[in-house]
Amino acid sequence: MIETAGLCFSYGSNPVLKDVNFRAEEGVLVSVLGPNGVGKTTFFRCLLGFLKPSSGRVIINGKDVSEYSKRQLSMQIAYIPQSYNPVFNHTVLDCVLMGLTSSLGLFEQPGRAEEEKALAALEDLGIADLARRGSMKISGGERQLMLIARALVQDARILIMDEPTANLDYGNAYRVMKKISALRDGGYTIIFSSHNPDQALRWSDRVFALKDGGVIADGPADSILSETVLRNLYGIEVAVNTVNAGGSEYRVCTPFGG
Amino acid sequence: MKEKTAYGFKIIILSVCCLAVFFLSFFLGRYDLDFLTVVRILADRLVRLVSFGKLGLMQTWTSAQQAVVVNIRLPRILAAVLIGAALSVAGASYQGMFRNPMVSPDLLGASTGAGFGAALAILLGFSYTGITLSSFVFGLSAVLLAYLVSKASRIQTTLAMVLAGVMVSSLFSAGTGFVKLVADTDSQLPAITYWLMGSLSSVKAKDLTFAVIPILLGLVPIIMLRWRINLLTVSEAEARSMGIETGKLRLVVIICATLMTSAAISISGMIGWVGLAVPHFCRLIFGQDYRRLVPSSAIMGALFLLLTDNVARTVASSEIPLGILTAFIGAPVFMYLIITGGSSRDD
Repeated sequence: MIETAGLCFSYGSNPVLKDVNFRAEEGVLVSVLGPNGVGKTTFFRCLLGFLKPSSGRVIINGKDVSEYSKRQLSMQIAYIPQSYNPVFNHTVLDCVLMGLTSSLGLFEQPGRAEEEKALAALEDLGIADLARRGSMKISGGERQLMLIARALVQDARILIMDEPTANLDYGNAYRVMKKISALRDGGYTIIFSSHNPDQALRWSDRVFALKDGGVIADGPADSILSETVLRNLYGIEVAVNTVNAGGSEYRVCTPFGG
Repeated sequence: MKEKTAYGFKIIILSVCCLAVFFLSFFLGRYDLDFLTVVRILADRLVRLVSFGKLGLMQTWTSAQQAVVVNIRLPRILAAVLIGAALSVAGASYQGMFRNPMVSPDLLGASTGAGFGAALAILLGFSYTGITLSSFVFGLSAVLLAYLVSKASRIQTTLAMVLAGVMVSSLFSAGTGFVKLVADTDSQLPAITYWLMGSLSSVKAKDLTFAVIPILLGLVPIIMLRWRINLLTVSEAEARSMGIETGKLRLVVIICATLMTSAAISISGMIGWVGLAVPHFCRLIFGQDYRRLVPSSAIMGALFLLLTDNVARTVASSEIPLGILTAFIGAPVFMYLIITGGSSRDD
């Protein structure tokens, strides 16, 4: 479980997060919504212990983030960046192996056991056949899955994903979200940011909406993402309707008006 | 695993080539030597080294032959091996650390600093050892200065380091320019110019003993930490979330690479291209993983500099400076790599 209590953060005299209270239990998928520049990334950086809050606390499994060593923390919480822009064409397997570094001694190198673990993670995500390919030469969706595999081998149960589908086409975005959802079913706590309220409605258990550094909505996606909240959040008119697809009902957003 | 045996096979072939060129190099030069004599002299040296001088082979060679092999060719060949390996490993490490394949090991000013140190020492009439020492010390100081400036800066670390390196390099090359201006044009200026072009022709056994310690001090930690250099090629945030202290690792890599580069340059003069080009040859053959890249760069670098130095001392009647040759050989090969997109090759 990860929670924040009265989390505040400012860059210099410019406050970004104001008294943010957040809580995610085990096995939930939380989407973080908010307009550009609202501090979603700053929020994530605080959760990951990269930034020290100006005041307030970030608590992971009962212990303040600052009390973990970097190595211990990496076994609690993992980070999946928005995109991966490699300079060198490491193989997919090597990239995933990097996630195991903190479990190795300083002068140790990954061996057969580590390789098997990395391959198993790739297998879980359905991209084991890419193991020997260069990470520069696979598609954006495949690369996102590779980054998720790299996070999985860290053995952290909390995954932070910064706009996991931002650079993906429609089909790949769907496939990646399906895998993320499957991980949630496997007991992972996943917190991801998105600019797409449809994605929040479709996939997440909870929505956490930030505006002007404060929380304006926090609760189950279906009930909390109302037309009023969306208007407040993005400053445009949005209609939320229910549609039928493949025998199930989904709620979808349609922006309109001027 | 199949891929692993392929790697083992390739590295053995590379090592055999390197050893072959190593022995071949003893026979090149104006003084002719036959195979058995060289083998006997070397075996004798080895036996004496292992037995602390108590044992040795019966001398069937002349003392002139021994002098050529032991005092002239052996130090020079060993220097080529050591310097080639050091510059290539330092280059590979820097390229990973700065996330930039176009970086060479003197990015932070090691070679311009060393060049200034040597030029100054020549101007002040220092002995040969004095020139080596001064060049080593100034090489280290240049990098230290660049590092301190980048630490004091508020810009993002790697960018600040690159900028500080550029600044320090131009400062020291201006210093070298000034020294050349005031140097005596008959004796000092040619010596400075020749030093700056790089050569192994005057390497003595004592230079080697001086350089071997800093080079090994740099080489061994990098070889041991080589897996972790991979982590420096991903973004700071990613490495951190994986539990890696990139700051400390980066500092260790800088210290090791600088020790190696400064020590190498202080006895060879400026040799460009090796540290930039050799890691790319290796990427082409061995892939991107630093577990393989570091050892293969060391061997490939040794081989490359041995070959270049052999050309330098045999092709023309007078020695061709190494710095010129490495560029002549390195640049076309590198152009080929850029055109064929070598480093982004897919496996």
